[in-house]
Amino acid sequence: MSVKVDARGLSCPQPVMLALKALSAHSEALAVEVDHETAAENVERACREKGRQSRIIKNESGYTVEVSAP
Amino acid sequence: MKNFLASNKGIVAAGLLIGLVAVTLQKLGNPGNMGVCVVCFERDLAGSLGLHRAEIVQYARPEIFALVLGSFVTALAVGEFRPRGGSSPVIRFFLGAVVSVGALVFLGCPWRALLRLAGGDWNAIFGLLGLICGIGAGTVFFRRNYSLGRNQPGRAGLGLIFPLFMLGLLVLRLMYPPIEGQAKNDFLFYSLSGPGSLHAALGVSLAGGLIIGFLGQRSRFCTVGAFRDLILFRQTHLLLGVLGFLAAALVGNLLYGQFKPGFEGQPIAHTQSLWNFLGLFSAGLASVLAGGCPARQLFLAGEGDGDAACFVLGLMAGAAMAHNWGLASSGAGIGPHGLAAVVGGLVITVFIAILFREKAAA
Repeated sequence: MSVKVDARGLSCPQPVMLALKALSAHSEALAVEVDHETAAENVERACREKGRQSRIIKNESGYTVEVSAP
Repeated sequence: MKNFLASNKGIVAAGLLIGLVAVTLQKLGNPGNMGVCVVCFERDLAGSLGLHRAEIVQYARPEIFALVLGSFVTALAVGEFRPRGGSSPVIRFFLGAVVSVGALVFLGCPWRALLRLAGGDWNAIFGLLGLICGIGAGTVFFRRNYSLGRNQPGRAGLGLIFPLFMLGLLVLRLMYPPIEGQAKNDFLFYSLSGPGSLHAALGVSLAGGLIIGFLGQRSRFCTVGAFRDLILFRQTHLLLGVLGFLAAALVGNLLYGQFKPGFEGQPIAHTQSLWNFLGLFSAGLASVLAGGCPARQLFLAGEGDGDAACFVLGLMAGAAMAHNWGLASSGAGIGPHGLAAVVGGLVITVFIAILFREKAAA
């Protein structure tokens, strides 16, 4: 079960801040919801730099960045 | 998703090209170390509309229209045009005004700070230090749960109105061009001397602006984000773009004979280091709280972000008041109310930063 992070509608740098906060607080997989491509790219890049793989899935309200468990 | 320009190599390429276009615009007629300056150009645009009456800085800068329209057309083409808004828009208007005023104390937005540095204007060092410190101060508020709230997807008109406004002004410019020797035609003011009279040909400005609008939209280029992400997250992605910009501007200036190192006698610049620092400190703090540098806000406005459009309107209003109220600097130094400009800007920004703390993380 992934930990859900809702970063929709937030300006930089909040999506990345929320994602990194969740990464350090949880050791499970994450599902970060964002509503535009820039946020998805930023979250995916930030997670990658922390050694966590992720993939970006398009959905109705935007994108989900699915971050794998470590 | 494949977007090369948003990769590390891509944003370097974008930065290099934007820097090159900027110094080329200067070579082809734009003012010294001001190939592209978002705040100066919003100020010139405000002047052309008569929102201020400083005669030497009135010109409807086509680059502003083209930066927005370039981003707009690009976003439409790649499916990234998303009408959205509702994240404290009026607050963003005031943040934009504060950014403008602070930048006009320094005499340049962050892009111009980089261009001045690349032109050998060492006064820009103090501006950039101020910018970085202001951004750093802003990150403290983010760590303490500052947020302007979420935007929501909106109706198409919410995202269209600002690009259409830019298009409308461009059409006005085309229909009412400058008349030789006259400071005003039926609608627009045109400087007959001073920086407002220095500009590349209309087509060149438009082409340059459209190219930058495309590159900015695809690469998510942001000068304030570059330092913010370095300070907050130790991330260097956006910084790579800034370094590319600086490198290309420097090399371009050397090739074009536009590199003149020193402190004194720099074009549209003053040597009051404290105010160069404080002006961009204020602008940097307000920009980071608004989510991006002035250029980034233009690109976002082109993408349909109504909140960014409010920020840009604030830039224009702030720039106009900076000249109406003697807040803006000149080559001689700070204006009659330069101190009030900086103090007032900081008070407003800190007031906003404190009022918009959330009880818990969003």
